[in-house]
Amino acid sequence: MKYSIGVDVGSTTVKSVVLSEDYEIIYSVYTRHFSKVREAVLEQLKKIFEKYEGEYKISITGSAGLGLSSASELPFVQEVYSASLAIKNLYPDADCAVELGGEDAKILFLTGGTEQRMNGSCAGGTGAFIDQMATLLKVSGDELDWLALKAEKKYPIASRCGVFAKSDIQPLLNQGASLPDVSASIFQAVVDQTVAGLAQGRKIEGKVLFLGGPLHFYKALQNAFKETLQLDDEHAVFPELAPCFMAYGSAVYASKNSDFYSHEEIINKIENAKQASGVISFNPLFDTEDEYEAFLERHSKADVERADIASYEGNAYLGVDAGSTTTKIVLLSEDRKLLFSHYTENSGKPLDVVSLKLRELYDIMGDRIKIVASAVTGYGEELLKSGLKIDFGIVETVAHFTAALSFCPDVDFIIDIGGQDIKCFKIKNKAIDNIMLNEACSSGCGSFIQTFANALGYPVDKFSKLGLFAKNPVELGSRCTVFMNSAVKQAQKDGASIEDISAGISSSVVKNAIYKVIRAKSPDELGKHIVVQGGTFLNDAVLRSFERELGINVIRPSISGLMGAYGAALYAMKKSKGVSTLITKQELEDFSYKSATVTCKGCTAHCSLNVLTFADGRRLVSGNRCEKGLGKKESEILPDIFAFKYSYLTDNIINTNENPRATVGLPLCLGYYDQMPMWNVIFNELGFKTVISDMSTRKTFVYGQHTIPSDTVCYPAKLAHGHILNLLDKGVDFVFYPCESYNIDEGDSDNHYNCPVVAYYPELLKANMSVLNEDNFIYPYIDLNRPDNVSSLLAISLAKYGVTLKEAKRAVAKGYEALEKYHKAIEENGKELIEYARERNLPIAVLAGRPYHLDPEINHGVQKLISALGMVTISEDAISNLTKPPKLNVLNQWTFHSRMYRAAAYVAEQKDMHLVQLVSFGCGIDAITTDEIRDILEKNGKIYTQLKIDEISNLGAIKIRLRSLLAAIE
Amino acid sequence: MEKQHAKFTKEMRSTHKILIPDMLPIHLKLLAAVMRKNGYNVELLQNSSRAVIDEGLKNVHNDTCYPALLVIGQFMDALKSGNYDLDKTALMITQTGGGCRASNYIHLLRKALEAEYPQIPVISFNFSNTESSDGFKFTLSMVFGMLNAVFYGDLMMALYNQCKPYEKNEGESDKVLDDCQAMLADKIVNGGFGKRNKNYKYILNAFSKIERTERNKPRVGIVGEIYVKYSPLANNNLEKFLLKEGCEPVVPGLMDYLLYCIINNVNDGKLYGFKNKMTRLSAILYKILIKMYRKLVKRVEQYGFNGMHDFEELRKEADELINQGVKMGEGWLITAEMGCLASSGTENIVCTQPFGCLPNHIVAKGMSRRVKEKYPDANIVAIDYDPSATNVNQENRLKLMIANIKDNAKL
Repeated sequence: MKYSIGVDVGSTTVKSVVLSEDYEIIYSVYTRHFSKVREAVLEQLKKIFEKYEGEYKISITGSAGLGLSSASELPFVQEVYSASLAIKNLYPDADCAVELGGEDAKILFLTGGTEQRMNGSCAGGTGAFIDQMATLLKVSGDELDWLALKAEKKYPIASRCGVFAKSDIQPLLNQGASLPDVSASIFQAVVDQTVAGLAQGRKIEGKVLFLGGPLHFYKALQNAFKETLQLDDEHAVFPELAPCFMAYGSAVYASKNSDFYSHEEIINKIENAKQASGVISFNPLFDTEDEYEAFLERHSKADVERADIASYEGNAYLGVDAGSTTTKIVLLSEDRKLLFSHYTENSGKPLDVVSLKLRELYDIMGDRIKIVASAVTGYGEELLKSGLKIDFGIVETVAHFTAALSFCPDVDFIIDIGGQDIKCFKIKNKAIDNIMLNEACSSGCGSFIQTFANALGYPVDKFSKLGLFAKNPVELGSRCTVFMNSAVKQAQKDGASIEDISAGISSSVVKNAIYKVIRAKSPDELGKHIVVQGGTFLNDAVLRSFERELGINVIRPSISGLMGAYGAALYAMKKSKGVSTLITKQELEDFSYKSATVTCKGCTAHCSLNVLTFADGRRLVSGNRCEKGLGKKESEILPDIFAFKYSYLTDNIINTNENPRATVGLPLCLGYYDQMPMWNVIFNELGFKTVISDMSTRKTFVYGQHTIPSDTVCYPAKLAHGHILNLLDKGVDFVFYPCESYNIDEGDSDNHYNCPVVAYYPELLKANMSVLNEDNFIYPYIDLNRPDNVSSLLAISLAKYGVTLKEAKRAVAKGYEALEKYHKAIEENGKELIEYARERNLPIAVLAGRPYHLDPEINHGVQKLISALGMVTISEDAISNLTKPPKLNVLNQWTFHSRMYRAAAYVAEQKDMHLVQLVSFGCGIDAITTDEIRDILEKNGKIYTQLKIDEISNLGAIKIRLRSLLAAIE
Repeated sequence: MEKQHAKFTKEMRSTHKILIPDMLPIHLKLLAAVMRKNGYNVELLQNSSRAVIDEGLKNVHNDTCYPALLVIGQFMDALKSGNYDLDKTALMITQTGGGCRASNYIHLLRKALEAEYPQIPVISFNFSNTESSDGFKFTLSMVFGMLNAVFYGDLMMALYNQCKPYEKNEGESDKVLDDCQAMLADKIVNGGFGKRNKNYKYILNAFSKIERTERNKPRVGIVGEIYVKYSPLANNNLEKFLLKEGCEPVVPGLMDYLLYCIINNVNDGKLYGFKNKMTRLSAILYKILIKMYRKLVKRVEQYGFNGMHDFEELRKEADELINQGVKMGEGWLITAEMGCLASSGTENIVCTQPFGCLPNHIVAKGMSRRVKEKYPDANIVAIDYDPSATNVNQENRLKLMIANIKDNAKL
């Protein structure tokens, strides 16, 4: 007999399908390969050969099949192509197919212009994303699905990147959103990513096939797709064969393209497949058992003394670290011995966890032990401090620093790698000098190792131990965790062992921390006395890799996971007044609280407030950026320049023409945050009515999302799409949005460009928004340094409306005046604010970024957070004219960025000013400016603080940075 | 805070070896030879191990684009190799001076050198007057030599790509390429490098003698950010991969980029209504170069090969797709090249770019929709390159594009 076999080797599974001579499917099989690709394929094939004797045509498909095929010289077919073959055979009437795989997402448009799309380098919206989120919720994929089916509502969650999603999900959980609702939101995020990110403006409609593992197994995902695309059962097809669909396509391909092979030939080819030597390996972590023993011996010395809580008598000090996912409690004796420690998951309810433990503690302590001071740190600081009347609240960085000092008095660097976060602090002159936290593209942490261990079928501790004595650990790269997934896939394909991969992953986490988060050029930069902590460092392979990479020995305290709480307890000891305000045993018995979530309507930030009401009537509000939500009066809140600038731009739009020639729409995005007054005046002078787009919200982004061609462009640019649609909705006759290669030359810089995105975004909008045409979108190329030319270009582009050159010249002149007036007004307001601060002895924060960082949807209300911490906020353009540009190590070639350099140089000379740089994720230019601004500040003994923002923002992390800055200033 | 960095002095011309990264394998061999002839002791860097990327990651901000990371990584790796006398080594890097980050590479390189190798001077290779050094000056004869190198380089690249996929005797195209390189190298040393007609003839004859099968393979154009587009180190041997997959790579020449840089000066004047020395000079230079290049293209076509795009055609294409005012990075040139390839029978296009490349948000990903509107059969795949993107990921996307070609051919 003659058969055709299709084999699909994916990132986690192997699928095979056998076709008979008349192309009927006679056999299909689906198994996980646990990274033993070749073995798994052979096993399946051998079974097939036993069952069906004869001659075989064969073809391999799938991302992990590529290597196997080229090594074995068996035919290969790309998986999207094999999907299209399968569809043609089985569902010839399908219009569209959506396939989600482990790390790929694909859309095939089959009718009306065939087209296939695959996700780019960011892997949001794939099976890996779902797994990652399930891990975060501590459920299995199936449980996630099962939970999601019970959901009542959905929340918006960023899906482009797992790290962004996490920043959305964690607060939701902490605010008490139900697991079913969060689960459903995760599936919805996958749908949104597919519909908006992948389809990019093309509608998914008609008869739609849904393929791939996740879409086959997760009912909730199926429902979300059907709902979003408004498909009925007839139009949404979920084939039974879905998991083996590509294998089927591959078999179809084989039947037409493959030669015949005997089963021996196929087995021989696969068995003898020469492994491509693409694996790059490094030295083993430990060469011998003895070496490992010595390593363990050395680290066992960093221990704390303990005392028995059952027999101790005297004073004690309580330290609590309420992290975002775990809570740690430490009790110390008068002579700093550890009496008690506790480490637990908090399930988003730190108050319950700690009050419960405190009750137990009170029972154990009786009258023998008396807590005379207590301190709390971490995300839940405020909550616990007021809820349980804890004496002191301190910022995490200070707590960790205090703890580290007790292990190493000369400590100059602390690194904490937890399950989800990496935090690093540099210590200079006994103060925290610089803080680094992991961000989207540097996300590899502890949970990453865990996810991998699980995927490969091992518990995490066993998996990491495997790596300790690996012979040839593989190099896996260090960008995003999803990239690491592909690297692992490649290593597997090239025959790396589980041991080698395990060691490689540990080393990747370390490299990610050193080169991505800390961005060290050489290990020396970190320091000589390094204390490591956090749960991930309890993993010996990670610790060893870290020491290897740095080439020095570091200190890992035995209480590595408890350092925050330990530091808090030490802090309490130092500050103790002899009597603690801590909630008493008596009070604790009556302790209870009610929690409610409300949205603050104080301003447009719409903070989600968590209001706790305690049994004794006290109230606590958290989740707020500013103090308005707390009921503070406007006059008690510190002023900031952002409110002034925003209102100047948007509230003062001038329209004096009774019978305007036409209505022009000016989008409130990118460069317009600098030039709005100028263009408004110009158009008013020319007899037009000006309409500007509404204030940005998340909705603005979502509204235009389907027309964004590049997923990795910065968020400020992405918002532009929604602003254009908003203007068209308002019925403007046309949108005016000039392209500007050059910005205004403000003097003394090497050049005065705009960044490529600001300069040419109108061109992109025109090409990708089908609603725009020659009539309703006018976007001349202008150079503002040539007013005469601007006038004539305006006259040309507005000729249709009868604008003459003479009129244009007059209007443009007035426009420049308006622009200058605006810039002067900013400087004036800046001056006033500086005086205001100095009269009251308040520190001044210079929030330096681009003009468009004024957008509340872009800055996420950071300035309010700063005000609430007691600083007066001004922006870079308020002070950039007060000094000459500094000498730089780089080319000073962009106008907006040049302002930041000047502002930094000015701040460097002012005792009471501190610069905080806002950086939009994906801004390549800031890769250059951040280092330079840091340099300017640090040369002058100033602390540099950077806040990275995107479509979401991790306000918790931002708060830590700002409070640490304040702590360092003190 | 400006630090005093080491300068390349006149004395160093005789004492120092200058290292340059190998961006375009065919062209740079010639360019290096021209510089040697002019008294500079240059060496093309060939190191390409994983250590190059690691050094890059260590020494450059990781959000900086991949080309900077690779070039700087290649320099640092070379300096650490022990193969060079560190007191007698200088580095050379290009500097475009445009509004893209690339103008800052030289400064990033200096930052990387600061701690360990403060004595090593870095020479800026630029025609835009962004910076100069006493020891390195463009002389007229060197500029002419370099121009010729670009002409020959473009010629050999085009011919090689048209012969290699069809050669009957494996390796013949490479042999011919080596032979032509040797011939030109000899002329650079012994004279006759400037005799273009004669040298064109030699090269064209040599390539046309290669026995070939019928020219029927699908053509795949490569466009993109200039370094990633040409450098095998950056694009993971893209040309070789396409050859292996049974395609004929079509790679637009380096002269396109030069003309693009020159005409942008003229364009600025036209767009913003001014004239100065720069615009006038550029207009003249442009006219001379395009005339010289057209002669070359004509010769190529006489031999039955496909000639390179006419630059005026590219500009026309640009006007229909985008505006020539978009001039940062490779700007409108990328869009125009995609259009020209599609209109001249190379509908399959790989658009290479560093992950997160700013200009390419606009001109590549941002314009592919418009290109497809104009050329519905265009089969464009955008591939991101970065230190951690794996071969598997890139090849899988390329394979999809290639499967589509084969599918389209059947229909």
